[in-house]
Amino acid sequence: MEGGLGLLGVSGGGCSGASTNESTVSKVEVVVDAEASSYPIEAELELGLGLSIGGGSVGKGKSSVWGECGRILTAKDFPSLVSQPHRGHNNNNNNNNNSNATASACVAVSGTKRAAEPVSHEGESPTSISKLLCGSSQVVGWPPIRAYRINSLVNQAKASRSEEDKSFGEKDKSNDASKKICNGNKTNATGNEKGHLGFVKVNMDGVPIGRKVDLNAHTSYETLAQTLEEMFFRSTPPVSSMGGEKQQSANLSNLLDGLSEFVLTYEDKEGDWMLVGDVPWGMFLSSVKRLRIMRTSEANGLGPRFQDRNGIQISKPV
Amino acid sequence: MLRMASSFPEEVLEHVFSFIYDDKDRNAISMVCKSWYEIERWCRRRIFVGNCYAVSPPMVIRRFPEVRSVELKGKPHFADFNLVPEGWGGYVYPWIAAMATAYPWLEEIRLKRMVVTDEALELIAKSFKNFKVLVLSSCEGFSTDGLAAIAANCRNLKELDLRESEVDDLSGHWLSHFPDSYTSLVSLNISCLGSEVSFSALERLVGRCPNLRTLRLNRAVPLDRLANILCRAPQLVELGTGTYSAELQPDVFSSLAGAFSGCKELRSLSGFWDAVPGYLPAIYPICPSLTSLNLSYATIQSTDLTKLVSQCQSLQRLWVLDYIEDIGLEALAAFCKDLRELRVFPSEPFAQEPNVSLTEQGLVSVSEGCPKLHSVLYFCRQMTNDALATIARNRPNMTRFRLCIIEPRAPDYITLQPLDDGFGAIVEHCKDLQRLSMAGLLTDRVFEHIGNHAKKLEMLSVAFAGDSDLGLHHVLSGCENLRKLEIRDCPFGDKALLVNAAKLETMRSLWMSSCSVSFGACKLLGQKIPRLNVEVMDERGPPGSRPESCPVEKLYIYRTVAGPRFDMPGFVWTMDEDSALRLS
Repeated sequence: MEGGLGLLGVSGGGCSGASTNESTVSKVEVVVDAEASSYPIEAELELGLGLSIGGGSVGKGKSSVWGECGRILTAKDFPSLVSQPHRGHNNNNNNNNNSNATASACVAVSGTKRAAEPVSHEGESPTSISKLLCGSSQVVGWPPIRAYRINSLVNQAKASRSEEDKSFGEKDKSNDASKKICNGNKTNATGNEKGHLGFVKVNMDGVPIGRKVDLNAHTSYETLAQTLEEMFFRSTPPVSSMGGEKQQSANLSNLLDGLSEFVLTYEDKEGDWMLVGDVPWGMFLSSVKRLRIMRTSEANGLGPRFQDRNGIQISKPV
Repeated sequence: MLRMASSFPEEVLEHVFSFIYDDKDRNAISMVCKSWYEIERWCRRRIFVGNCYAVSPPMVIRRFPEVRSVELKGKPHFADFNLVPEGWGGYVYPWIAAMATAYPWLEEIRLKRMVVTDEALELIAKSFKNFKVLVLSSCEGFSTDGLAAIAANCRNLKELDLRESEVDDLSGHWLSHFPDSYTSLVSLNISCLGSEVSFSALERLVGRCPNLRTLRLNRAVPLDRLANILCRAPQLVELGTGTYSAELQPDVFSSLAGAFSGCKELRSLSGFWDAVPGYLPAIYPICPSLTSLNLSYATIQSTDLTKLVSQCQSLQRLWVLDYIEDIGLEALAAFCKDLRELRVFPSEPFAQEPNVSLTEQGLVSVSEGCPKLHSVLYFCRQMTNDALATIARNRPNMTRFRLCIIEPRAPDYITLQPLDDGFGAIVEHCKDLQRLSMAGLLTDRVFEHIGNHAKKLEMLSVAFAGDSDLGLHHVLSGCENLRKLEIRDCPFGDKALLVNAAKLETMRSLWMSSCSVSFGACKLLGQKIPRLNVEVMDERGPPGSRPESCPVEKLYIYRTVAGPRFDMPGFVWTMDEDSALRLS
């Protein structure tokens, strides 16, 4: 039996199509009988009994399937996640992108995705926060740590980042240091009313299902907007290639430039709804409670429209 | 036989049954004969529903009319890691509404991973006159307004525990809704709340409740208020501090140290957010009597951690960040001979490079030095088969073993082999193992070991492991006591599931996400086994819009006597007999 990777991404023959109902039923009945008796396990997988639901055969796996329903890349597609630069990506690629996709987007199928790899953005120090947040594994829910723990660690990282010459986790903590940490965390404690700044709810007008996004996985508005665009506008999958510049097809909205049908807004600590992008990122982080992707038509009166600025481009970090 | 059963009057049997608390024993009693079933159901006071969708409220109420204590669990465990989208379900309101009329004398509600609304909390506050215990573990959907209703109305409340719930924190004012006449508080856990509660209200509450034994504060309570609170509750047994950080000031330190010394019954400490080493000595006097210590939010380094744990000779449970390093764990092994449970969390879970010197060696040391160690959760960045085998031989009494290597599919870092043999040693030596989470590079062989040896295993978590359906088949066919199986990102498909379909009815639930189970197989399972709910979660749209052979994103299968549920969001479909008709 081929290994895991062998089951995937091999362009195979056409799908045999659904078997007839009768034959499917009879196969199941055979299965039930076999299950009742002691079943010999051999090194080669003999469980098959020709159980092919909709095609493919034992040993070949589901290769033929992929071309039809679109290829959803998950972390298992990639032999090693170590030091693979994340080129954040999209699902629903067809099987052109098979196992040679060593350029890694570890896109878990559930859709919530972390942003691109850490780059020093807009004055955010890359040392502590990016070290804390971004790493090789961009997979959802991995490592398996509860959100409140992650947020708690990040809040502490934010506090210590204010010390220039002390990196996070440094052993030497002087009085000054503890004072800074204390002050830093006071801000966080009160600014963070939910107790878990990282994951905030995102709703989009017209979409009943809300999502959550981890704000701490982002260091800039661009990456946040990208993630949200992928989360909510996936119904028109772009024809993008893996790696390289992320393509924005005409169908995808660009939430930050004010030109599309939707704008990105947030509710701040005081309960006011503001346009995302006006204030510096750090200030945004400390006041945001939740996000809403609002129809542009309803967004009037929210404050000055977000002006196009230099340097705000949807481009891939190097 | 009938004669024998009816030879005791009902009252006598009922009295005898009243000494039986365990659910399994109660279930066994109820199956002896019809009259015992009847007697037992009238006197069962406590019910536990491990999956709120396995049974419906009317069914429970019909069978057990005199319940005083209810425990319900909702979402699958992987919801903790963001794998279950919002709106999946687990709503408690229907249960509360049904119990409000059926169980007016209900005293205790314990919920885990359920959606609790303010309306539900208000209904609880209004409906149960003798309400005593509310535990909301990892729940969400409510705000501090709901808490205010509980505080204001539940005169006999003893326990309010919000552990790790996600609360819409509108303000800290809710705490002031406990009336001045309210004095029955025994346990309060608000550690998950973000906003400040009124400190004077808190101090007054603590001061007027003489039976208070557990108090877990939230981060917003500053260190300089802690002494006052402690002085008002010297009888405390369990304390969670707030922020454990302040400018080092001698008077603050001495009043804190004095307050701690006054708490002679203190056995459990937690909190310690942003802990500053300078204030740790304040707890040294009580360290020798501590049995439980949660330092998993304390970013103190290994020197200070080592000094601290070395004084805790009675310690049974330690939760700590990996700052403790191997050296601290060696000290733990040397000084804390009564240790039963160890959890080591990563300080930088997403960093590529290790930031601390915590390796497999630390866990090996503890397994050698602590003979009672039976429960482990360990995050690390490297592991070897040898280390696992050593741990297994050292600790055959291990019952819960959860290892997480940060890098998925990491091999034995010395031999570069899969960790099959290491985990094989664990299941072979630890014959009472109930819970296992595996990590690293694993082939089908590890599943063969598990199927052959892990006969007492009840819960298994698997990620990025295995080669083929054979792996899943080994587990489903071999693990006789398996109740919960959760799998993500493994190449398991239809065959093992379909061959072992009957097994699924003996389990509470099965979760599979990012695997290779086809929609067709899901339909088949749902159609053929009526007492299973086979739920497909797919955010790409109806599974029927794709070929049958297409794998589903997520699959959650659970046994139930309540039939398919009707509160599912748009991205969840139940596969059952009608699904062929409903799915276009």
